[in-house]
Amino acid sequence: MSKEMTCIVCPLGCHLTLEPEGESFAVSGNKCQRGKKYAIEEMIAPKRVITSTVAVDGGSYPVISVKTQAAVPKELIFEVMEDLSAVMMKAPVQVGDVVIANVRDTGVDVIATRNA
Amino acid sequence: MLKYELVVVGGGPAGLSAAVEAYEQGVRKILILERDKELGGILNQCIHNGFGLHRFKEELTGPEYSLRYIDLLKDTTIETLTDTMVLEISEEKVVRAISAERGYMEIEAEAVVFSMGCRERTRGAIQLQGDRPAGVFTAGTAQRFINMEGYMPGKRVVILGSGDIGLIMARRMTFEGAKVEAVCELMPYSNGLTRNIVQCLDDYEIPLMLSHTIVKVHGKSRVEGVTIAKVDENLRPIPETYRRIDCDTVLLSVGLIPENEITQNAGIAVDPRTSGPKVGELRQTEMEGVFACGNVVHVHDLVDFVSEEGVLSGRGVAKYLKGELETTSNFSTANGEGIGYVVPQTVNMSNVDDQVTFYMRVRSVYDRHIVRAYLGDTLVAEKKERKFLPAEMVNFKIKKDILSNLADGEIRFVVEEV
Repeated sequence: MSKEMTCIVCPLGCHLTLEPEGESFAVSGNKCQRGKKYAIEEMIAPKRVITSTVAVDGGSYPVISVKTQAAVPKELIFEVMEDLSAVMMKAPVQVGDVVIANVRDTGVDVIATRNA
Repeated sequence: MLKYELVVVGGGPAGLSAAVEAYEQGVRKILILERDKELGGILNQCIHNGFGLHRFKEELTGPEYSLRYIDLLKDTTIETLTDTMVLEISEEKVVRAISAERGYMEIEAEAVVFSMGCRERTRGAIQLQGDRPAGVFTAGTAQRFINMEGYMPGKRVVILGSGDIGLIMARRMTFEGAKVEAVCELMPYSNGLTRNIVQCLDDYEIPLMLSHTIVKVHGKSRVEGVTIAKVDENLRPIPETYRRIDCDTVLLSVGLIPENEITQNAGIAVDPRTSGPKVGELRQTEMEGVFACGNVVHVHDLVDFVSEEGVLSGRGVAKYLKGELETTSNFSTANGEGIGYVVPQTVNMSNVDDQVTFYMRVRSVYDRHIVRAYLGDTLVAEKKERKFLPAEMVNFKIKKDILSNLADGEIRFVVEEV
């Protein structure tokens, strides 16, 4: 049975069609290879990049923005959010500084996306 | 008096890109004026990712995207003044501005770039009925509260309007522990990008209620609920469908308006179709030496194209300062059947390098249609897409070779059936 989905990799939002093909899927409608990777991942183990904020002491604002450096399993989103709420960074912080290393054993770091 | 070759009004992505391009084209005395306490504009509160895929070929968050440009300034002679509000621009291009630190100042500019961006439509703009308690915010205000100031504006939320900021905020508030009860959209289609409906609403099972609106806000000191209703084909609420949803917060994502008070005070007319000044191919306005780019000209959905317009105006400024900018035009553009507006409104071929990108929006959803450009009865070019949506700006590129072979006149863009 074929499945349709909208690619969320970039704002182009390609309309994807997946057809079962052996153990995996044949993807059509994608304008780039990342779309194919996304579609198959979405069927097997959906992942998302998480963007949020953490508290910072001594910055020009009380929080700074952060992101997971790569997509992490979707079901861990709220656990990662819980970890982030416990963080208090100390200024100065540079873009790219690690906020939480290997968050929830995903092998992915949470990094700052803003200076403080 | 302070004197600059170029004064840029607004230090967001449009202004930063215009200043950097003008510098690269040889302009040296450049000043950027920004009213917030730091450069970067609205990107600083857009902490989600997806910016820069066209411009940098990677996926950045808003603050990272703006920092790329802010970092570029370091190796230049471009000066910046933050916490500085521009009040007006005189006919002689004297920029009058004010800041807490420096007080009132007058700056003489040979050229000016307007890059003030846009602002959100508010409760007043859409005449939302009912009580007037605390807890009604524009989506962008809530975004700034959460992502920059560190405040959480509410716990149970109804969002009116399905613009991208509203969708992004539905997810953001869910992440921070709020329950988003529904997103109501007056139109029968969403005004946001499809990918945002998927990753911001569907992922968290937040209902998108198309053809629905809020008819009343309830609450004494704080929002206690809203009455929503389905609307008929004339967008009128159907009384039999009235339903109350309890909530403590209402977010509005009901459209953006280019911020053109300074433009209009300078005597530059605003095009009613875009709510921005009419511009040429290098984003020159009708006032000599004054350029405009980004959301102040028309509301974009991707920052990458805002930066692209900044580049055009930066080039325009450099040409103008060298006395090489042609002010006449070969073509004007018109929006025909199905098209809401076209930018630029005029084109002078001697200022065009290899192609002209015409930006436009369709008026409603078109499946299996094509956008065509005509000069009189002659078909100039066409653009195919799987689907045209009002939420997604159409980029229609026409090569210089094609345009050069045409007689001067009006290029009309229309949506036609395939």
